[in-house]
Amino acid sequence: MSVPRYWREIPRRSRLETVRCSECGTVAYPPRGRCGKCGSNKFENYKLPEKGELVTFTIVRNPPKGFEKMPPYVVGIVKLEDGTIITSQITDVEPEDVKIGMKVEAVFRKVVEDGDSGIIQYAIKFRPLIK
Amino acid sequence: MRKVAIAGIGMTKVDKHWKRSLRELFGEAGAAALSQTGFPTVDALIVGNMCASDLSDQNNIGALLADYLGFMPNTAYRVEAACASGGAAFLAAYTAVASGMYDVVMTGGVEKLTDGVGGNTTLSLGKAADAEYELFYGSSFVSLNAMIMRHYMNHYNVPRDAFADFSVLMHKNGARNPLAQLPFEIKRETVLESDMISDPITLFDCAPVGDGAAALILCPLEDAKKYSDNFVEVAGISGATDTINIASREGLLSFKSTIVAADRAYKMAHISPADVDVAEIHDTFTITGVLSLEDLGFCERGKFHKMIANGAFETGGVVTVNPSGGLKSRGHPVGATGAYQIAELFLQLTGRAGKMQVPDASIGVAQNIGGSGSSTYVTVLRRV
Ligand SMILES: [Zn+2]
Repeated sequence: MSVPRYWREIPRRSRLETVRCSECGTVAYPPRGRCGKCGSNKFENYKLPEKGELVTFTIVRNPPKGFEKMPPYVVGIVKLEDGTIITSQITDVEPEDVKIGMKVEAVFRKVVEDGDSGIIQYAIKFRPLIK
Repeated sequence: MRKVAIAGIGMTKVDKHWKRSLRELFGEAGAAALSQTGFPTVDALIVGNMCASDLSDQNNIGALLADYLGFMPNTAYRVEAACASGGAAFLAAYTAVASGMYDVVMTGGVEKLTDGVGGNTTLSLGKAADAEYELFYGSSFVSLNAMIMRHYMNHYNVPRDAFADFSVLMHKNGARNPLAQLPFEIKRETVLESDMISDPITLFDCAPVGDGAAALILCPLEDAKKYSDNFVEVAGISGATDTINIASREGLLSFKSTIVAADRAYKMAHISPADVDVAEIHDTFTITGVLSLEDLGFCERGKFHKMIANGAFETGGVVTVNPSGGLKSRGHPVGATGAYQIAELFLQLTGRAGKMQVPDASIGVAQNIGGSGSSTYVTVLRRV
């Protein structure tokens, strides 16, 4: 992964910052160039909520290239409190204990290392909600 | 718009073709297809392919394959729409003939997956998904579909074991297909006891990795009789798209792209799902096959296991599904799969499908999905 490519996604991946339509308020995650609801191309910055509920998940045993050291790990789809749905990893929990419908919260974690000399990639993952 | 016919087809066996290259595979299928017609050459070559850039270090394969086949058409190019490359190429070729722009078009697809080394093949296939917002988090093509399958099981309270019956049926069919990659029958246990890839998807829920090529010759329907002994009409056709990111969809219990494409293609052909005799549907994973059955209107939602047990998808049932063995048993040479489906239906509707033949088949439907439902192409063929 090139450094600029990693760097320009930091607002989304590390801070859950995205955009919403200035005309109709529809939240776009990931950001879009044109609102799928009303057709406007005017957007304003928007911070996604950090808590949500797990919609579905999988335990990855046969990983894609670059993730060879990581399995088993959990990839999940989370519905945030504002209704926005996002894909990330579920962390800080044994894979066998992950359940559909469980409450989760955002947490900053390492995703993967780019070999011995590349960048170490970080992002928001979700862990079981700690009250 | 002119009516369009398929006047000839060619297919290689789907296999790990260690001895044969990308150009040789399409060369065999293309030459076979053209030789079934009286056309000396073609006006255009529009070929589906997903992974040549990654795995064969080759772009510009339109020119490469036309050169290899010994003709120099007006235009020759590749269409890439992930697993739907073949279906998308077919739609482009159909449009070229229907519009009157070209009279004879060769379309089809080719995929050479076994030239990938290390994890490159899996990586290349994964690129059907959103690189920055799905793949970045360590998800793969399998894991995205595994999430869809778990969601389905949870919503309908369908046991995991039920999906094994779909694989068993595909292998039962594929065992009769001389061009299938995995032409053997399996048991339920084969699926349930195979390696877990991404929970709940096991190895035998997945289509295998293989190479292959299929080619089709399209021409105006009114000319087909003059140039070929066997031809079928393209009676309906449509594509439809959805978000690339599965989390952005309206829901994960169906693929909207299939529902919309099927609706448009059925309307164009003036048919309903009940009129379909034989269907070649897109079953990359068992869950994909199940959603396709439902989205095409062949199966009540959440009830597929009961319908499979009743023989609904075999000859004598609701519709004969994947007599070729489908992606699961015939194999899934990704960018060529959509072309295989249509070529197999061509054999069915011209009564030349051998041991796979569905008696008196007159309406066939092919459904080719790209990515995890980000696009679907549905084609309706009619016996002439
Ligand atoms: Zn809007």
